[in-house]
Amino acid sequence: MSQTDFHYQKKELPASLSRLGIIIFVVGTVLSLLAFFVDQERAIFNYLVTYMMIVSIGLGSLFLIGLEYIAGADWSTPIRRIPEFFAMLLPVLLVLVIPLLVFNHDLFHWAHKEAVADDKILQGKAPYLNVTFFIVRTFVFIGLWSLFYWMMVRNSRKQDETKDQTLTKKNIRLGAIFIPVFALSITFTAIDFMMSLEPHWFSTIYGVYYFAGTVVASLAAITIAVLKLKEKGYFSPWMTDDHLFSLGALMFAFINFWAYIAFSQFMLIWYADLPEETFWYLIRWEGGWVFISILLMIVHFFVPYFALLTQPSKMNPKRLKFIAIWLLFAHLLDMFWLIMPNMGSMKNGYVFSWIDLVFPIAGTGLVILVFAFAAKKANLIPIGDPKLKRGIDFHL
Amino acid sequence: MHNDKKIYGIAATFKTPDEIINAAKKVSSAGYIQYDVNTPYPVHGMDAAMKIKPSKLGFVTLVMGLAGAALALLMMYYMMSVDYPMVIGGKPFFALPAFIPVTFELTVLLATLSTVGAMIALFFRLPDNQHPLHDTAYMKSVSGDKFGLVIEASDVKFDEKSVTDFLKSLHALNTEIIYYPEEVAYPIFQPKFIMFLIAISVVVSGGTYFMLNKLVYMTPFNWMMDQDKLTPQKPSELFADGRGMRTPVEGTVAQGFIPYPYKGQTNPTEVLANPFLPTKENIALGKAKYFTYCTPCHGDFADGDSRLRGQFPNPPTLHSKRARDFSDGMIYHIITNGQNVMPSYASQITRDERWAIVNYVRVLQRAKNASDADLIDMNKEAGSNVAN
Repeated sequence: MSQTDFHYQKKELPASLSRLGIIIFVVGTVLSLLAFFVDQERAIFNYLVTYMMIVSIGLGSLFLIGLEYIAGADWSTPIRRIPEFFAMLLPVLLVLVIPLLVFNHDLFHWAHKEAVADDKILQGKAPYLNVTFFIVRTFVFIGLWSLFYWMMVRNSRKQDETKDQTLTKKNIRLGAIFIPVFALSITFTAIDFMMSLEPHWFSTIYGVYYFAGTVVASLAAITIAVLKLKEKGYFSPWMTDDHLFSLGALMFAFINFWAYIAFSQFMLIWYADLPEETFWYLIRWEGGWVFISILLMIVHFFVPYFALLTQPSKMNPKRLKFIAIWLLFAHLLDMFWLIMPNMGSMKNGYVFSWIDLVFPIAGTGLVILVFAFAAKKANLIPIGDPKLKRGIDFHL
Repeated sequence: MHNDKKIYGIAATFKTPDEIINAAKKVSSAGYIQYDVNTPYPVHGMDAAMKIKPSKLGFVTLVMGLAGAALALLMMYYMMSVDYPMVIGGKPFFALPAFIPVTFELTVLLATLSTVGAMIALFFRLPDNQHPLHDTAYMKSVSGDKFGLVIEASDVKFDEKSVTDFLKSLHALNTEIIYYPEEVAYPIFQPKFIMFLIAISVVVSGGTYFMLNKLVYMTPFNWMMDQDKLTPQKPSELFADGRGMRTPVEGTVAQGFIPYPYKGQTNPTEVLANPFLPTKENIALGKAKYFTYCTPCHGDFADGDSRLRGQFPNPPTLHSKRARDFSDGMIYHIITNGQNVMPSYASQITRDERWAIVNYVRVLQRAKNASDADLIDMNKEAGSNVAN
């Protein structure tokens, strides 16, 4: 093993990153506000797509941090700060979620009192699907995520100064508590914000499906950030192809997992052929949606599968970065495919509108902004972590 | 002492993974090519230290995996769409989503089995599965807690003295000269080994056969299964003549059953009289039974115009002069006994129902051949004053 002597010198991220974030965010927000005045329903559905995308990146990152601690992984320790920065999106959700709660009437069919009144099925689901409980749940989940984010990241940063190894132990314990909390909360979040858009439909694997996409998206975001920082020399000289390989291999695993879950959900519904289940897929096979459905299979599975199959593709930074950006778009398409066909006027086929494009711009700006803000206050590498040395010397 | 033996190589053991990585690096940069490292578990970074190129085994996996996928799809296409097409769950014969799980399994199965097979065949150099390192103290220690490195004699730079010194300079715990075994044989061709394989396969297949065909069919208790009882297609042990029941006394009449005296006669000289009046209820019953049993051949209105016409000896109309002149008892006789192609309906239709059908046939015949008087009667019943 290379016995690298490692001395960390704090190197600030360039101010241009924040400036870039602000510009993109402001432009995106202005366009999004405009969209709200043009077509409120379409705008709020698109807002939900971007919101779920941000939840994916933030929550998936916190999950990966927790996973690293309880699995005792070395290789990801030197780059753990990247998911930590992304996880700062979680407390931001407390603000981001408010428009969804305000405009719940536009989004959720079950929020219409008169619709529930003459619908036996919705009446049966009313104890769970009602506006009060929905708002309470939402804030409890975001609160729990923010709490775990705050505790784990605080321990991690404190370790930079104190080099106290018991903090790692504390985070292992926190991670072990967080994983089941995460499993339940992400399932209910997926049900609340996406499955309940079509309140008559149900799929027990839905939460797992969203989870699979979440990890793909957060890994893709982390990979892009890591590669960008490596390009600019923040991670030299220690970062090797083996670190990149591990990121690529994990992404590869989770796109397979996503395909496995997506197919499991589809096959059972297709085979049982019950009208109460199949209509959800039939809507997505209607008009223009059929092309988006087929595109999703290709973009989210077949292309990245063969692109990441070989060893060099996971080690070559250029190719890996391309695939990571590709996968972020794939997840965005996945969210779009899950959410948009539920919009009343889109059930008979997809109709393009500029509104679909502006919200991801604002989202990108926000993610960059939050990342830059979080990175300003912390070291880019957890210099106090006892696993850091082994992580830096990691070889396959 | 060992001068007559051929040297295979020189082995050295090290204490820690760091030392073996370091040693592997030194050996490879010293220019040795024919050497190998043996460790109790995979040591991270070894590939880079030994400057090993990525294995080509992945190509076997890829090719065989794709072959497995293609084979699975072809197999299911042939079975489900060509050889024995069967509708399952209303799905098309070639139902791709239903085939995906099997395709996936066969892909994985073929890819993994052929990878392992190729690995054994290539790396063990079958059929020569013997290796000089087997049964050495060196192999025992590197299977435990030591990390070992062997420089082979086939390397062009090999020299017994210089290699030993070189390995010692790397702070090896100890070095050992490994010799080829005295007799070079292919152990997998030895009679002992082949006998052993045969014995194993006999035991395994016998055991499998016993478990699948005998053990799983063994009954946990048998006093219900093996009791004295009547079994179809087998002589019974209840009576000496092998029958399970006694034949009833001659002339016995079953309950609710009246024997038909003209059974089997084609042209009976006398027939029974109709015991039922054509009441509304009786005719309704007859109509229901007529539609169940008679319409398939004779048609809804007894015209003999059912869908069987033209595919079969044409069923006769019941409106012919001959049929109209039949007495009730004769029609009953034909239903009971059958006529020409028509079989007996005695077993399907009860006696009373047969008489009801006779009454309904009479209704049909009268409707088809109504007289003027009938029309007048009908109009009277309907309260109409249009008499003509």
